Amino acid sequence: MTVSTTRTVTLPPGLVIAPQLPDLLRPVKIRRGVLGFLRGHPTVAIGSALLLCLVLVAIFAPYLGTVDPTALAPAKRTRAPSADFWFGTDMLGRDIYSRVLYGTRVSLTVGLSVAVLASLAGLAVGLVSGFVRWADGILMRFIDGLMSIPPILLAVALMALTRGSVGNVILAITVAEIPRVTRLVRGVVLSLREQPYVDAATASGTRTPMIIMRHILPNTLAPMLVQATYICASAMIVESILSFIGAGTPPTIPSWGNIMAEGRALWQVKPFIVFFPAAFLSVTVLAVNLLGDGLRDALDPRMAKSL
Amino acid sequence: MVSYILRRIVATLPVMAIVALFVFSLLYIAPGDPAVVIAGDQASPADVERIRQTLGLDRPFLVQFGSWLWHILHGDLGTSIFTSLPVSTLIAQRIEPTLSLMAIALSLTVLIAVPLGVVAAWKAGSWIDRSIMAFAVFAFSLPVFVIGYVLAYVFALKLEWLPVQGYTPIAEGVWPWLQNLILPAVALGDVYIALIARITRASMLEVLQQDYIRTARAKGLGMRDILFVHALKNAAVPIVTVIGIGIALLIGGAVVTESVFAIPGLGRLTIDAILRRDYPVIQGIVLVFSFLYVLINLMVDVIYTLVDPRIRY
Amino acid sequence: MALLEVENLQTHFRTPDGINRAVDGVSFQVDEGETLAIVGESGCGKSVTSMSLMRLIPEPPGRIAGAVRFQGRDLLQLSEREMRAVRGNDVSMIFQEPMSSLNPVLTVGRQIGETLRMHQGLDKQAAELRAVEMLNLVGIPEPARRVREYPHQLSGGMRQRVMIAMALACNPKLLIADEPTTALDVTIQAQILQLMLDLKRRVGAAIVLITHDLGVVAEIAERVMVMYAGRKVEEAPVARLFRSPRHPYTQGLLGAVPKLGSSLTGAARRLTEIPGQVPSLKKAIEGCAFAGRCALATDLCRQVAPGLEVKGPGHIAACHYAAKEAAAA
Repeated sequence: MTVSTTRTVTLPPGLVIAPQLPDLLRPVKIRRGVLGFLRGHPTVAIGSALLLCLVLVAIFAPYLGTVDPTALAPAKRTRAPSADFWFGTDMLGRDIYSRVLYGTRVSLTVGLSVAVLASLAGLAVGLVSGFVRWADGILMRFIDGLMSIPPILLAVALMALTRGSVGNVILAITVAEIPRVTRLVRGVVLSLREQPYVDAATASGTRTPMIIMRHILPNTLAPMLVQATYICASAMIVESILSFIGAGTPPTIPSWGNIMAEGRALWQVKPFIVFFPAAFLSVTVLAVNLLGDGLRDALDPRMAKSL
Repeated sequence: MVSYILRRIVATLPVMAIVALFVFSLLYIAPGDPAVVIAGDQASPADVERIRQTLGLDRPFLVQFGSWLWHILHGDLGTSIFTSLPVSTLIAQRIEPTLSLMAIALSLTVLIAVPLGVVAAWKAGSWIDRSIMAFAVFAFSLPVFVIGYVLAYVFALKLEWLPVQGYTPIAEGVWPWLQNLILPAVALGDVYIALIARITRASMLEVLQQDYIRTARAKGLGMRDILFVHALKNAAVPIVTVIGIGIALLIGGAVVTESVFAIPGLGRLTIDAILRRDYPVIQGIVLVFSFLYVLINLMVDVIYTLVDPRIRY
Repeated sequence: MALLEVENLQTHFRTPDGINRAVDGVSFQVDEGETLAIVGESGCGKSVTSMSLMRLIPEPPGRIAGAVRFQGRDLLQLSEREMRAVRGNDVSMIFQEPMSSLNPVLTVGRQIGETLRMHQGLDKQAAELRAVEMLNLVGIPEPARRVREYPHQLSGGMRQRVMIAMALACNPKLLIADEPTTALDVTIQAQILQLMLDLKRRVGAAIVLITHDLGVVAEIAERVMVMYAGRKVEEAPVARLFRSPRHPYTQGLLGAVPKLGSSLTGAARRLTEIPGQVPSLKKAIEGCAFAGRCALATDLCRQVAPGLEVKGPGHIAACHYAAKEAAAA
């Protein structure tokens, strides 16, 4: 038992001193700074590291030992993976390694664009719905209706009516994702409007745009950021599904869904055609989901419980 | 109770009306001229005009919507451009495999995901919890066709335990029917299992912190009673809600799963329709699935009243 | 032998910003049929003490050490299974919030009955009959109807009666009541206290009453233990403690309570308050935990933590200077 060394008073005789008690638990290490944050939230670290790699792959695809991903070579069809063709070739003799690397561009573009567009559109509609009483009822009815159409089917129907292009794919998926953001933003607005300090601001004549800037946006940002990552992951999956069933990115552009669609007929004999894009897609989606989970835990402990 | 259910049914009518309006307006919202897109690149102007008339694009929006809605209310979902058969007939022919697949996937999900989530919440923070949650993140990130191919490759092609592809109607025996659907159902249920396990854990964690759980423990109840009687019944409402909402995942996933496992269901019909640009068929499928989805969530509302006595009818 | 002997009870929690030493070295005894009150401000560790006795603290993040001997058996050494046989049967508990302490989706009868089915092996019918009996005993009208109702259909006072019925269903030897009346209206409070006193006489259970309400203490306790910052600072028979409190903290607590009729007798005085706040339990406390708020504190107090010493018959307190006052008096 250690006794305090800073003692400066002399102890009177007969003094009763409280017994020193043992520590039951090891002391807690408190981590600070960016590194401390990453150690406390390893999923953010792993997710962002993986994503960073994929972004680099997408940007530098032409310099990573790839050839023209659309170059046909009928003489070299369906070759198994080898030193020449790292991931093999498809039934038109195109190099799968090059196609998969270029495919990263499509997936990341679609994921990011849908996340940004759906967040912005959802934010706008959600704000209107939260602040304009008479519009709320009508908008929410429409949002309910839109949410009742399974997102993939909505995107399929839209794609069936337009020419296949990456832009249209982004548009179709965005439409299907807007309701979720709207709901979230509207929920935040409605709960914040009940808060005494927002009430006080309104009562003291602060104009609505100012209230939105000062109170609503800062409180919406964290949950929206988390939701945006989930939307990004979901959009990448939907894009690959659309391409896989022939309603997505046009076959002339190498996307992971397209590569798999082309390998579909041969998958029992040449599984590698499907395997590589599938693996890349899974890892990418996993990275985004890990990042989302980590951000959710880090930004809002209360939200961490709710999903 | 009956009046509550009736009121819920009446409340879903406007939602269904808006779904119908949406599905119908897609033709008009879509950028470009749908008739040209649907007719395809080799079509002559006469072909485009014929399709424009078939779709009713030459008539005013409201007139066309009115007549379209009128037909739907009479069970007429339009006519396929490609086969000239009524869309309702095409859907009726293909609906059994899809519903079978979804029902099995749903049952699997509830049987697997809820106990997993409960155990994870009970052991929160332990290695058991961490492995279940890690599994959930992985499962949630695996697109349905990826897991479908992996399962088919391992269990059908290599181990030869189950058929690779195809479908046997339930009328020809339960086992042959089930045998063909096990792998597709697992593949389809995968994402859904992850989602429900996560929401079950979150909901249970919240409930396990409540005072009445402390009371139950102070009474000397065992963990099984506390988890599955005292806690799960309270956690049920959010879980059931997400089970209902998550049906959308099953519906979307079914389209892909049927393609991977060559199951002749609505998903297969959708893909064929996409290839042939047979828009009336796609429209009919979207409408039928959306109504199905609304109905399932109506059932969820009714289930609430069974698990929570505080919800008043 | 005392019914309950608690020795050097320590309950610590691991939190993200440090170890919380919520209870740190508390010892006390309760005899059969006796009522001991544990008082203190919120956050002083009294509720954690009561939960630790029943081992209701989740471990981790918590950790309990010391000894809790009930009828000579150390409850801290029992397996979880053996402990379950004790909870609700030999020792039972009533909580502060009758609103949230009953399960909202199970009927009242089910919640009372399951204790009986669990500990006394009654079947469903017998358990329900006994539940009706218990509801009658705690003064709930129409017990046969109420037994099938859900908690949200009952008033706050009735819910606390249900909690008491549940706690007493198996005739426990010790009842731990954690702020049983705090959440109730004043008129209901008196009824519930009266009910507890009646039942105590009838059943003969010992009671550990956790409260911050000194009025309640004066009414039903025989002995009082005062806690501060996770430690016991004073303990005395109830009359002695109210007449001559020794620890400055206890004196402060008593000074903060208005005395009924004091303005009539001309002895009216200002209510005193204790300045400052309870120290954080997440940092090591040097010296006496109360020194920061104590008017009498000296350098000695700030550097050397006082131990408990005898200040009179059955009266102990942990203060370096209380002894001197006693000698002078």
